[in-house]
Formats: sequence, structure tokens, C-alpha cells
Amino acid sequence: MVVKRKPKTAAAAASAAPEPISNDQEIAFYRDMLLIRRFEEKAGQLYGMGLIGGFCHLYIGQEAVVVGMQSAAGKGDSVITSYRDHGHMLVCGMDPKGVMAELTGRATGYSRGKGGSMHMFSREANFYGGHGIVGAQVPLGTGIAFANKYRGTDRVSLVYLGDGAVNQGQVYESFNMAALWKLPVIYVIENNKYGMGTSVERASASHDLYVRAAPYGIPGCQVDGMDVLAVHKVAREAIAHVRSGAGPYVIEAQTYRYRGHSMSDPAKYRTKEEVAQMRQEHDPIDLVRRRLIETLEVTEDVLKQIDREIKEIVTEAAEFAQSSPEPDPAELWTDVLIEA
Amino acid sequence: MSIEILMPALSPTMTEGKISKWLKAVGDTIKSGDVIAEIETDKATMEVEAVDEGVLGSILVPEGTENVAVNAPIAVLLQDGEAAGTAPTHHAAPAAAPVPTPAATPASAPAAAAAVPVVEAEPEWTGPMLKQTVREALRDAMAEEMRRDDNVYLQGEEVAQYNGAYKISQGLLDEFGDRRVIDTPITEIGFTGLAVGAAFTGLRPIVEFMTFNFAMQAIDHIINSAAKTLYMSGGQLGCPIVFRGPNGVASRVGAQHSQCYASWYAHCPGLKVVAPYFASDAKGLLKASIRDPNPVIFLEHELVYGQTHDVPDNPDWIVPIGKARVARVGSQVTLIAFSRGVQFALEAAEALAGEGISAEVIDLRTIRPLDVETILTSVRKTNRAVTIEEGWAFAGIGAEIAATVMEKAFDWLDAPVIRVAGADVPLPYAANLEALALPHVADIVAAAKTVCYR
Repeated sequence: MVVKRKPKTAAAAASAAPEPISNDQEIAFYRDMLLIRRFEEKAGQLYGMGLIGGFCHLYIGQEAVVVGMQSAAGKGDSVITSYRDHGHMLVCGMDPKGVMAELTGRATGYSRGKGGSMHMFSREANFYGGHGIVGAQVPLGTGIAFANKYRGTDRVSLVYLGDGAVNQGQVYESFNMAALWKLPVIYVIENNKYGMGTSVERASASHDLYVRAAPYGIPGCQVDGMDVLAVHKVAREAIAHVRSGAGPYVIEAQTYRYRGHSMSDPAKYRTKEEVAQMRQEHDPIDLVRRRLIETLEVTEDVLKQIDREIKEIVTEAAEFAQSSPEPDPAELWTDVLIEA
Repeated sequence: MSIEILMPALSPTMTEGKISKWLKAVGDTIKSGDVIAEIETDKATMEVEAVDEGVLGSILVPEGTENVAVNAPIAVLLQDGEAAGTAPTHHAAPAAAPVPTPAATPASAPAAAAAVPVVEAEPEWTGPMLKQTVREALRDAMAEEMRRDDNVYLQGEEVAQYNGAYKISQGLLDEFGDRRVIDTPITEIGFTGLAVGAAFTGLRPIVEFMTFNFAMQAIDHIINSAAKTLYMSGGQLGCPIVFRGPNGVASRVGAQHSQCYASWYAHCPGLKVVAPYFASDAKGLLKASIRDPNPVIFLEHELVYGQTHDVPDNPDWIVPIGKARVARVGSQVTLIAFSRGVQFALEAAEALAGEGISAEVIDLRTIRPLDVETILTSVRKTNRAVTIEEGWAFAGIGAEIAATVMEKAFDWLDAPVIRVAGADVPLPYAANLEALALPHVADIVAAAKTVCYR
């Protein structure tokens, strides 16, 4: 897929000749995506064992979006997203152990067991959640951008939303304010084709979602969200545009989730062939792996070593998440209010 | 070492299921992500994907088997070089899912919840007083706090260039400029979410709703984003924000612009709810709300904005959140009110005095956390209570107070608590009907006489 519309700004022009992507950087993409994949598979398994409860939305298939976007972000830039948030947290540098322990509802989890899969945060990592109400993260993330501008910093707020969220009215209220006040925010629409069981075609009058911001004068583009390199490139352009003070930007990453909407979704609204074809022909991790071996002459051994390292990290996270204690009963009453 | 594949839970409620079909046979090589079986849960038929890799060594539960318990071994996966038939070794036997310890019965919760620190009342002010309208007191509170802390800013519809729909923000744009006094579009859920996001980063927004009726558009962000995030983040992400504006009835504006939201917000942990009547409390409590690290709902009253009261002439005047005030001392019946209801309660007390009944008036000032002690102390003295609110009685503030008094001072009561409240209808427009729908001084007097058996 190609970028359909280029931003018409000086910043974008300046980034027209971006630095080439190094081998090391591609290997880092591979590693980050693989960490998400293996982490999510393990989370699915722990869910199956009854160790993770409630809702659990896996990011498998969409890894290239957040890895590509965040690879272009800088220190101090913030991230906010919906409830399909495990991948975002890992890429933001949050500890897989703490994330997994929150999934199992343990005291060592990021929210001390009180948030769960959909509600996790890390002030240290500038990760603002993890929000369970579809679309709610959009004005919240716009507010983080407002605060950045209020304080006179050049930090960028990255706001992730799905194709389902684009039909929420508050998204457009946010687009309007962001454009009106030239807020430093990037809206990343992760179009995985289905809002729960409803396809984009059945939910959206227009199927190109990035154009939804055009009436507000917000530049946008569409990118192949299964290709981490393509995402990285548009992310660099968009972030440079926003950091320059030119106002918001919208990226629609066309992606696909392999698993159901949540663990309890049998995904009968699409064919097995459709899923199989995406996995076989467009898998973001396979794509990079092939490129690393065939074009960049990275050896299988190097990648196998990474595979082993990732497996260890995930195994360790799962063991930590199972062996950590549940929250102390006294935790029931803490964190309702801050003592003034 | 071989790995046991366990019967997975595929929904939050599944405890057992049926293996409807095996899609892999013994001897097949299995890669992570391969679909290995179909399982019928209590809700749907689901595909099961392999997590671990290996060769399918044996199938322990044949297809068609029903009522297979979650976590029962259903197949064995052989690892590199293992021969089929190798005795399956337990792979880190799954810890039984933790059984949640039943929380101490919610009814006993107040024991722990009541660990709310005792709030000291503000010291009695003996210095000079200013005559100020409630409107001016609110403006001064904001201006003083904005001078004190650059993180404080005001946003809302018409707050800047128009100087406020009700002229509360008069002059603030001139003093602080458009960086800190911000006109928003008419976009309640959007600007509320934006302000909450800004507060997550440590700014201290004051969000003016032109009236609280319009905050219903934004209530998702007030409750789900502002009130709950501190808890959901394990204490990491506070939300220092004030939502303020006129609440309750105005005059002849009909049902959509005339509603009291005190009980809506007071219902929710994670919020503080303040509803002053006097100008001194409006000022002191608004300053306390702006300094508070938590989300505060600050309920004003349009019909009180123009009233003039005494206000301490001191920019450091602060009234603590969570402390009621005895606005009139009495001995025979306690009238408990907030916001404009305090005015009616005081007028009723005066009328009752003329009939030989000594009424004590409690101005709640804060609805949440409720100053239960001040209420109970008064009721233990008077043995009778009447609550006053403009809102509907059902599940209202009066209902909460009546229940609390019943639970904690039952033996002191000489009569059932009576709630004086708005009629259980959307507020009508016609002057006569509107008057019939709202509580009046005469209703309070009648209720007080009833509980005094007079």
C-alpha cells in the first residue's frame, strides 16, 4: 500500500530524504514485534488456564503498527490507546513481568492488580493507558497534547484508536480542537477491518478512514500496517510535522488481528481463508524475517538467538505473573482518592 | 520434556466444554499459532491455537467428549527428539486459578472506608469582611489560585471573551490571557476528555460547564476517566481537576435546563462533590477544590450568584472540603440542606422559631465526603431531622442521609426522617406548575412540624 497523500509542510519536505534504515534497526523491529507476538501468545495460554480473567484483547497480527510508530518517537513523547494495549506497553519499554502480572491480577502488576488487561498505566514510560471505553482515549490524548503545548515543550502525544472508534463523536470533537489549537498530536487509526464483529464496510459510510480528519484540515495518510518499515517511514514524517508545531496528523494503518476481538470471540464474521491468507502472505514478522535473511544477509543463527532471548523473557514474565502474590485485601480501599 | 496441552478457558465464564473436533493428528508437527482443535464453550465454538511447538504425541481426550473441565490435559506435545509414548511430564503444573477471597462484606466496608481523616473546620474568621456576591467570590477564588499556580487554567464555553455566560469569569481573560482562559467550542465530551487528559499530566484545569445539565454529555469522562483512573492505575495517575458550573433549577427554563445532579456524582467513589451556599464558602471551597489533588464536582446555583454575603477579606481564606457547618443553632429539629436549600432552611427555621420550634440548620457544603459526624451530633441533640434538596427524592441526597441517620443514630430518633425534595416529574415550564414542583419554605416548615408531632 502506498501513502496516498503527502503532508504539505516544510517538515515533511525536510524528511523527504530520510536516513536509511540500518540493519540493526530492522533487527530491533523484528525483536520488538516478536516480543509482542510471543507475549500475547503466552497471555492467551494463561487465559486458557484461567489465570487471566475477564476481557483480554490480543494484539497478534498488528505488531508492525505500534513498533513502526514508536520507533520514530522520541523521549518524552507519550502514548495512549484503547483496551488492546499490551503491545503498546511493551514497546513503550514497560517491563513484561509487570504487564503480565497485571493480567493475572497480582500485586506486582503495573496497577497493583486493580486495573487488569484494559487499564494499565506507567507514568515513567509516558504510557497513559489502557482505556476501556471505545474512543475515550482520543480526547484524553488530545489533552496530553494540550498540556505539552501549554508547558511549551515539543513533546508529541501519540493517540491510537481502532476502526471501531472512528465512529464515536468525541473523536471528531477532538479533531476539531486539535486542529483549531494546533495541538501536537498524532492520531494513529489501527484499521484491523473489524470493530468486534462488524466490518468497516458495515459500520462506516466511507471506508478510507484517514480522510475523516480532512474536513478539519488535518493532513493524513494511509499506510500498510503489516509492513513495519512503511509504518516507520510515515511515522517519521508525521512526527516531524507535528513536532514542528504544524498541528495534528492522522495515520491510518491498515492492519489485521489474527485472533478474535477478545478471547471469547469465535470470530465467525470472517472466513478462515481470509485469516489464513493474511497470516501466510502479510505476516509482519515473517516479512521482516525474510527481508533480514534474503536481502540484508542476516544469518538464521542471529535470529534464532533473538527467538531464544524473547522466549526467555516471556517465560520469565509468565512465571513472575503466576508466582507473585495477589494484592493485599487492604488494597481494596487504597487509591480511591489522593490524601490532600 | 513433553508438554501437556490443557483444556483452555475460552470465555470469562467457561468452566467446561466439549472437544468437538481435533484438527491435528498424532505425529503432526505443530507450530505456534496452528489451530489444533475446535472446542464448544458455553457461548460458541472456538478454535484453539497452539502456543508451544512440537509434535503431537498423543490425544488424551477424543473428539466428541463433552464436559471436559478447564485445565484438564487433552493432548501431549513432544519436544525435539522425544519419542511418542514418552510418559508425559508435568510442565509446571498450572497453578489453580486463584480463587478470589470474598471481599469483606460490603456492608462492613464503611469500617475501612470510614478511615477518611477527620476534617478540621476552618478557623472562625474574626478579621475584616467584604460584602461580595457569590459571583464575585467565585471569580476571586479562581483568580487567586491562577496567580498562585501556573498549572491552573480555566476552560469552557464563553468563559474568555464573553466573560462567562453567567459572568463568573469576568475579567479573567484580561488578567491571564488566552493561554490560561480558554474559550472552547460547544463540545462537552471532547473538552472534558481533553481537560482530564491534561490533568493526568499534572495541569490543574478548571472546567466550567455552562450548566451541569450539559455535563451529561461529558459524564463518561467525569466518571470513567477522571474518577476511576487513580484506582485503576494503582495510584499512579491522579486527576487534579475541578468541574464547576450552575446546578439545579434556574427560572422557567424547563426540564432540560433544570436538574440537580448532586446525587448523580455523590454516588461515585473517586470524586469529591461540593455544593456551597454562602459566598464565603463558595470562595473558600473553590480554592480548596482547585488545590485538591482529586477530581472535584463543584455545584453552584444560578439563583444564588447575585446574592451578597460577607466574605473574609483575605486571599488565603480556605474552607476545607468535607466539613459541614451549623448555620443556625437549634434544639428541637435538624434541617439538613445544601446549596440554595440552605437559604430555604434558614427561612424555615426563622418561621419555626415564631411558632416556638427551635430548628438547627446544617449547611452540608460538601456532599462527598459527607460530614456524617456533624449530622449525627445534631440529630442526637434534636432527635428529629428533615432533609432539603431541589432534586428528586428517589435515591437522592436526603435518602442517603436518612439511611445514615437510621443506621447510626436509630436510638436517638423520635420520628422518621422526612425528605423535602423536588416533585418526581421533569420540571415543568408553566409558572404555577414549576412552583408546585419545587420545595418551598412552607414545605420545610410543615415537615419540621410533622417530625415534632405538632
